[in-house]
Formats: sequence, structure tokens, C-alpha cells
Amino acid sequence: MGTSFGRGGATTFPGDLVNSDVIVIEGSNMAECHPVAFRWVMQARERGATIIHVDPRFTRTSAVANLHVPIRAGSDIAFLGGIIRYIIENERYFKEYVVNYTNAPAIIGDDFKDTEDLDGVFSGWDKKKGKYETRTWMYKDVDPEPAGGTRESEAGEKGQPIQRNPIQAEHTDETLQHPRCVFQILKKHYSRYTPELVEETCGIPRYLFLKVAEALCRNSGRERTGAFVYAVGWTQHTVGVQYIRSAAIIQLLLGNMGRPGGGIMALRGHASIQGSTDIPTLYNLLPGYLPMPKAKHDKDLATYLRLNTSPSGWWGEFPKYMISMLKAWYGDAATKENDWRYDYLPTLTGDHSHMNTVVDMADGAVKGYFVMGENPAVGSMNGALQRKGLRQLDWLVVRDFQLIETAEFWRDAPEIARGDVKTKDIKTEVFFFPGAAHTEKDGSFTNTQRMLQWHHKAVEPRGDSRSELDFIFKLGQRLKELYANEYGQIRNWPIRDMTWDYPEIGPLKEPSAEAVLHEINGYTVADRKPVEGYSSLKDDGSTACGCWIYSGCYRGGKNMTARRKPYWEQNHLAPEWAWVWPHNRRILYNRASADPNGAPWSERKKLVWWDEQKQEWTGLDQPDFIVKRGPSHRPSKEARGKETISGVDPFIMQADGKGWIYVATGLQDGPLPTHYEPQESIAKNPLYGQQCNPERMEWIRKDNPYHQPYDDPRFPYLITTYRLTEHHTAGGMSRWLSWLSELQPEMFCEISPELAEERGLKNGEWATIRTMRGEIETRVLVTRRMQPLRIKGKLVHQIGLPYHWSTKGLVRGDAANDLIGFVADPNVSIQESKAFTGNIEPGRKSKGRRHATSGRLVKKLPSREQDRDLPKVGHKPESKHGYKAEQTKEGNI
Amino acid sequence: MSDHNGSSAPVWPVLRQFAKGDLFALDGSTAGSSRTESLASRTKTADRVVGSVCPYCAVGCGQLVYVKDEKIIDIEGDPASPVSNGCLCPKGAATFQLVTGSHRVSDVLYRRPHGTEWEKIPLEQAMDMVAERVKRTRDENWEDRDKDGNPLRRTMAIAHLGGATLDNEENYLIKKLFTNLGIVQVENQARI
Repeated sequence: MGTSFGRGGATTFPGDLVNSDVIVIEGSNMAECHPVAFRWVMQARERGATIIHVDPRFTRTSAVANLHVPIRAGSDIAFLGGIIRYIIENERYFKEYVVNYTNAPAIIGDDFKDTEDLDGVFSGWDKKKGKYETRTWMYKDVDPEPAGGTRESEAGEKGQPIQRNPIQAEHTDETLQHPRCVFQILKKHYSRYTPELVEETCGIPRYLFLKVAEALCRNSGRERTGAFVYAVGWTQHTVGVQYIRSAAIIQLLLGNMGRPGGGIMALRGHASIQGSTDIPTLYNLLPGYLPMPKAKHDKDLATYLRLNTSPSGWWGEFPKYMISMLKAWYGDAATKENDWRYDYLPTLTGDHSHMNTVVDMADGAVKGYFVMGENPAVGSMNGALQRKGLRQLDWLVVRDFQLIETAEFWRDAPEIARGDVKTKDIKTEVFFFPGAAHTEKDGSFTNTQRMLQWHHKAVEPRGDSRSELDFIFKLGQRLKELYANEYGQIRNWPIRDMTWDYPEIGPLKEPSAEAVLHEINGYTVADRKPVEGYSSLKDDGSTACGCWIYSGCYRGGKNMTARRKPYWEQNHLAPEWAWVWPHNRRILYNRASADPNGAPWSERKKLVWWDEQKQEWTGLDQPDFIVKRGPSHRPSKEARGKETISGVDPFIMQADGKGWIYVATGLQDGPLPTHYEPQESIAKNPLYGQQCNPERMEWIRKDNPYHQPYDDPRFPYLITTYRLTEHHTAGGMSRWLSWLSELQPEMFCEISPELAEERGLKNGEWATIRTMRGEIETRVLVTRRMQPLRIKGKLVHQIGLPYHWSTKGLVRGDAANDLIGFVADPNVSIQESKAFTGNIEPGRKSKGRRHATSGRLVKKLPSREQDRDLPKVGHKPESKHGYKAEQTKEGNI
Repeated sequence: MSDHNGSSAPVWPVLRQFAKGDLFALDGSTAGSSRTESLASRTKTADRVVGSVCPYCAVGCGQLVYVKDEKIIDIEGDPASPVSNGCLCPKGAATFQLVTGSHRVSDVLYRRPHGTEWEKIPLEQAMDMVAERVKRTRDENWEDRDKDGNPLRRTMAIAHLGGATLDNEENYLIKKLFTNLGIVQVENQARI
């Protein structure tokens, strides 16, 4: 999303789906996983919208959709690419929108080669480094620089240092005919994604595919709009980011972005998962998507600012946000002379994301670990490797409501039960702290639509239960004291100077959450008055702001996130209920809801428009644009930063103000989504010699073995995992509740009658499911909801596995994630858990639930690693792709 | 149900149904009794109602928390919320049990190295112990510069996981404290 549009958040909100004329739900079982948001889809249907559900399983979402399209897990880009081809070939795109608001007319450099030219690899593959050098993907005669929004990939180990020239296409062709313009490159890239190819790749019959493509096209243009809805069914793949990019391309071609009933709705799965990216508990980001400094490049503040400030577009404001953040963190200690104490920040030297941390843990490099409100022993991939990591720690702190599996890995785990590991041999010291519930603390969650909603403390927490806010605050106070005599050492200065003086309130003397929100919002340093929004922030140290995109949530000293004006007293955007980032804009990029001249595309789809009399943008929503900048405004050649944004640039965070059909810079694995097979597949890539995403991250180790790329005789079935309505992720908030547990009491697998027949499996009886990582036992649910797909004449069976259970709680069962290996998307290091292979047999035959961490599970076959990559890609340097050099030599299967 | 404890003369609902011509008791008044009339939902007796948000998925349904005698007596969907119009799903509707249930542990527990049981320890002592371990691990595993002399200013020996279920304010303090301790491996469930 970030690379296509500029911001990494859902562009709309579920309530606006009522305005859609067509809704495609793909990679999400919305009716069961987000039931209350699904009411808006049902209302849209009542108003006449067409609802399409694309999913390997027939679920309750499918049951109420107009159309269910069964798909082979892991083949969505082939399907979406087919739709892109259909739109182009049949000239169904919204031409005026595409020409004015997207980068379709931009002309790309002469050195760019497409996957069509290179058998599944783009130009720029660096064999020595084992990754792309992305310069050839750039606009013609322009030097690279990143898009705003997702800035994870830039200026560091994963990307290249960046040139600082405005990244706006030097050459364009508004007729879209130039052979090297984005539109023609797109056309060629997807030219082979025909309905026939979709059928043989995804198992979707041609007539069904055409129905979907036609429904989307029919419901676009001036009068009509369509929306895409996705969840982790899209993200958890080695090409996860490119799945979402495919939808972005469709939505830009059809002119659905920034308009009522349009957009891309990302459905997140945790109360504040959007918030934990915005104010990131992520290694590579500082609050507000400012990148963490990279050791090699960002040596001092001047360099860091130069590398990250965009000469064009909104990211030209970068220094104001960064310096205001440093000022918020270091107060009086941050001065212009000492570069606002930029030199207090630690730096990155590579990918330090979760799976790498776990591997380092298993290898003994990590000594101490904090786990707050997560249950990685159940919820993360390759559970046995996670638990192996926990056993190597010196100390572990777990904060939760009750003793989850992660807290008790030392006495209650499959490998303990089996006797592979003895409790007495585990050295890890474990601290369990009971956490306070949301009803026992003040604070805000950021929901799936970027909305910050405040929850008030209703009662005091019981016993020793405390909020994380209290825990971290008091830990910080103690560390400040512990280091009090060691401030002679420079490395301890950040602890000394970090502002940590939040008012302590209530009987427990907890820090005031509202005071923290005040810091997040930002204030003028002189009088500590909250700023009105990020437009007020300065780069001279006169303002402080903890997270610039949240600036405005506490404007005027009022907690905007706590607003609860009933929806019936306002319009359907409900602007006075809580607060949405940025600047309370409910639908992003809404300048695009008006035509280039500023008039709504149609009366039916009006949202924001130019008021000629007042000379400003106005409408139902807060304009996501510079309010006084008219549609006819064109910047001068000398313009820099936000002054480069013209009156027809709705995507203001992008360096050129356009929606990016083609991502010229900012992604690791290609400017256009390309169909690659999952790491473990049942099929050879039908399009290219390159089987898998060449940039995927692999961890090649004995305790993380992979199956053969396709046609592995030991693992003939495709497996996908999912959630149920009555349980929540790894079960920490549901398996201990009788009300929920009795509704879904036991782990099961969903299989088709055909697979049951083939393997002799009986409904209600037991089955054993195996991968090279581990084996689990589950009850069998034989159902027509799972249907085998016919791919090139061959029946392909898929197995569905919910992943909520484990060894503790009121209801128990084996953990599906124990089956899954570490392998990840290169852009965001997300794991591939939605498509992998395995085997199933009747009965309880797991021999005590063995895991790869304790030895090999199945007989060894000759390695076919070379089948995953073309020869030039296959050679990977040892330090690349996440694995550790010392493990690679002996670690291969 | 017959009406045994009503003060008015007991009239069987079935007789009322006949009398009112409401054979299938479709009209609530015929099915009611003086006892049901005297009943009220427990939310009516609350001392206060506190605005809240569902803690499960990210839809963010509005909740109302009913408190009496400093105890939560009920949690309902907030009808005023534009997100949810008062609805809660099965998980959201179980929030009351989530926050008041007997499954919740309220003691700090400690498992010593190679130990086979948990031990209860005081909160303050546990906080001191954790702070001491953070300091020791950080001091013993400090990386000042890489081999090329580039600044690192960090420790790779401490890591954090969690945040997607926490408040923004909590994530903010976690990021702020840990970054300033030089801990860079701060992660949560949100990787896309």
C-alpha cells in the first residue's frame, strides 16, 4: 500500500463499503473473522452491490456472497494479473483517471527488462549479492529515491543509498502508447495472464474468472466504484506485498482510489495492530514511519536527513518530523549544536526482524527477551524452533493474563512431553507478570481504519496486575536509577537524557496515558501547548512531537480519540467519533474523488471537491490535500518539497503525487507483481523458469528444513491456515474462556470428501498431518466446503487448518504453526503461512509429535533446491536471505 | 412459568393469551407476569458506565463497561458507535469473561534456572530483578561500532516481542525506552 499510494494503511473504512457497487473479498474470511465489519458488506448487498469471495475454502463469507471463487492457495497474483490483463485488453480502464492520477504515462529507463524478457526475473539481479540492484527500474533520466510511506527498504542493508533528485517522470506519454511507458510495460507484463492461464494456475474455471473481471469492470467509472477487502490471507506469503500491489494496480486502473465505495480495505487482526506499525514496535522504524538509522549510511543527522528527505512531495517535510521527535525524546538535552542528540539512536546493520531474532536466540546470541501480549510458542512459525530459542535464553519476561504456552515452555511443550528435553536442563529464568486488561487502563487503540479510539479505565487492576504502560515506565525509572553513577560513559547518556517525567496518577501511581498522548500529539516547547497538527511542526527545535502522523489527536488539549458523538447525529463518515490519522481524514487520497478540474466525477460518488468561490477544497470528508491549492495549480521548476505537488496530484505522499501502478523504487522484488509459486508448492511455475520469488528470505538450517519446490512425493497436499470466529490468534484471549471454548472445543482439519476417500480419512476421527518441521494430530472434518481443484487435469487437494490451539487452556489441541517453516517476504519479512505442502494420514501416528529440532522426521531425498531459482539466481551468498553462515554448510536438507 | 410470587391474583399466561386473542404469545404483554415486570437488566443498577473499545480484532467495536461497587458487572456493545452500531461478535461478547474471569493470574511468578515450579515473588522485587538483568545483559553485550568504525550504539542480546494488542501509549513508551537502551530487536505481529 505504501509504495503504491504513499501510506501503509487501509485507504477507507468498513462502513464506507455500503457505497460500493462491487466488493471483492480475497485473502479474508470477513464474515467469520471480522463479523461486525461484515454487516456493511451485507448492507451493500441489500443495496444491490455484487459481493465476490475468492478463497480456497467455502466459508460463511462465501455463503452470503453472490459469487464464491475457489482458488489454489498461493496463486492470487496469477488471478489478479489476469484481471489486469482483462481490463487492459478490453480497454475497460478509467482513462481520464489513469492518465491524470497514476504513473501510467511515465516512461521508464531504457535498461529496464521485464520478467517477460528474463524468464521470471527483472533486470538488475546482482548475482554476487543475491539481490536486485533496482536502478534500472527507474523513470527514464531520473535517479532513484524512495516513495513515502513504507520506507523500510531504503538506504540500508536491503537497499541502496539514495540520490536526492526529485523523482518525477521526466518523460511521459499521455496517449499511453509509448512502448516504454508504464502502461505498455504493464500490458506486456501481463500479456500471458489469460483466462486459460488463470484456469490452469489457480484452478478457477474460465467462466468464473470472467464473471469476476466483468463485475469489476462493469462497476467502475464515473458513476460506480468497487472495493477490495483483504486480510492476512494475502499478506502471509513470500510475495505478500505484491499481492496487495496487484489489487492496487486494479484499483488505479479502474479509478477506484480515493472515492466513496472504492479503495482497499485491509482488515487487521489485533485491536491495535495498525497502531503498533504507526507507533512501531518494529525494528526498522521510528514513530510515524521515520526509518531507523542504518549504520553504514546514516552516520550523522545531516546525512540521515539528506538521505530521507524527499526533494518532492510531502516527504520534503521530513526534517520537521524527525527533529520534533528527537526533541520529544530528549527535551532540553537536544540542541541544534548537538544535532538534537541524533547520535543517541542505535543503528541497524541488516534485517533484525522477528524470525532472525528467533534464529539468533536458538543459536545463543540473544540472552534476554520480553514478550508482552503475544504467544510466539503457538502463534509464530516453526513453533519448535521458537521454543528451542526460548530454552537458550538467560532470562525471559512474559506479560499476559494467564500462563500461556510461551510462559511455560519449560514444563509444558510437545518436546517436554515426549522426553526430548528435560525441564531441569533448561537454564532460562522466567518472570511472569500479570497484565492489566483494557478495562483497567486508559489508552488508545488504532483500529483497522486508522482510527484512534480511547478506552477509559473502568476499575483498578487486581493484585499485581499492571498495564504495560506502568511496567515500562517503572522499568525505565529503575534503569535511570541503576545507571545514575555511570553517566560518565557516553553510551549511558540516552538513559540519562530521555524525557521520562509523566505525571503519576491514581492509587497505583501509574503514568498518565493522556500525558503520553500529549507527547505523541506534539507541543510547542516554550509553553507545552499541544500543536494543532503536523503542519505546525518545525525543524528548529521549537516543537516536540512523538509521532507526527498522530499529530492533531490531542489538539487544543482535548483528547480527540475519546470523542463519542453518536453516529446518528453526523454523516456516515462520523467525523466526530474518535479521531483518524492523518488529520481526521476518513478516506485517503480523496482529492481523486473529483475530476482534474475539481468537480466530483458524478453526483452519486461525490466526496471532496473544489469550491471555486471560497477557493478551497471542501466536501463531506476532510480533504486529503493542500486545502488552498486549486486544481489548476502547476509547480514551478524550482519548487521543492510539498511545493512540487500540483493541483492534480491526489497522492501527496508520493514523490510525484501519482498513484503508482509501477513501483519505480521502494520494493525489493520488482516494480510489478509477478506470479511466483510458494516456497513449497504442488505445481511448477507455469509462467516462468524462475519458480519462487528470487528475493524471498530463507533460513536454511537443520531445524528449519524445506520440502522440495513442487511434486514432493512425500508431501503431496497444499495446506492453508486460518482463524475461527470464536477464537483469537494464538488463543491467549480465548482458550481460557469457557464461553468461547465450548463453542470451538477442539482442533480439526477441514478436508474434502475426495481427499477423505483418497486417504481413508473419516469424519470425526483422527488424522496425523506432517511436514518436515513437525507433526500434529487433529480431528477430521470432511466437508464439501473444501473442494479439490482441477489443475491441468490433475486434482489438487487442499487442507484447511485453524491455528488457535496448543497444550494449555480449557481446550487443547496441536498447534498448526508447528508445521510451518521460516520463509518470508523480502519487503517486510512476513512469514509464508497461507500456502505450504504437507501430508495427511488416518489415525494418531505422530510418535509423540516429533519436530525437526529433535531430528529428521522423514527420509531424505536428493535436494532440488536448484528448481526454485534460475541458475543465475540460485547462487546465493551465504550471509544472504536471513540464514547464518555457520549453519548453511551442514544445514541443508 | 407460573406466577407464584406476584402480588396481584395469579393469572396463567395461557389464560391471558386466550383472553387477548394472542394464542402464540407474540405480544410480549400477554407472556409477561408481574415478576417479569419488576425485573430490570443489571446494567440499570450500575454506578457508572465507561466508554471502551473491544480488545480482540481490529474492527474496533464500541463497548460500554458497566461498573458497580468498583467491579465490572457487564460489558455491552455501544449503540452509538459508527463502527459497530452496538454489535459485538462472539469474541467481543465474551469480553466480560475475559476481563473478570477466574483464569486471570494476579501474582507475579518466578521460575528460577533449571527450576521445576513457579514461585510467587513480590512485584517490586521482580521489577528490581528485571531491571538488574537488563542492565547486566546490556553492559556485557554492548556493541559500540562495527568493524568499519560505523556507530552501532546497541545491544543485540535483548529483544522484545509484542505490541499489536497494546495501547498506542504503551507502544510509544516501549519503543522509546528500548531504543534508548540500544535494543533494536523490537518486534510485534504486524509485519505488513
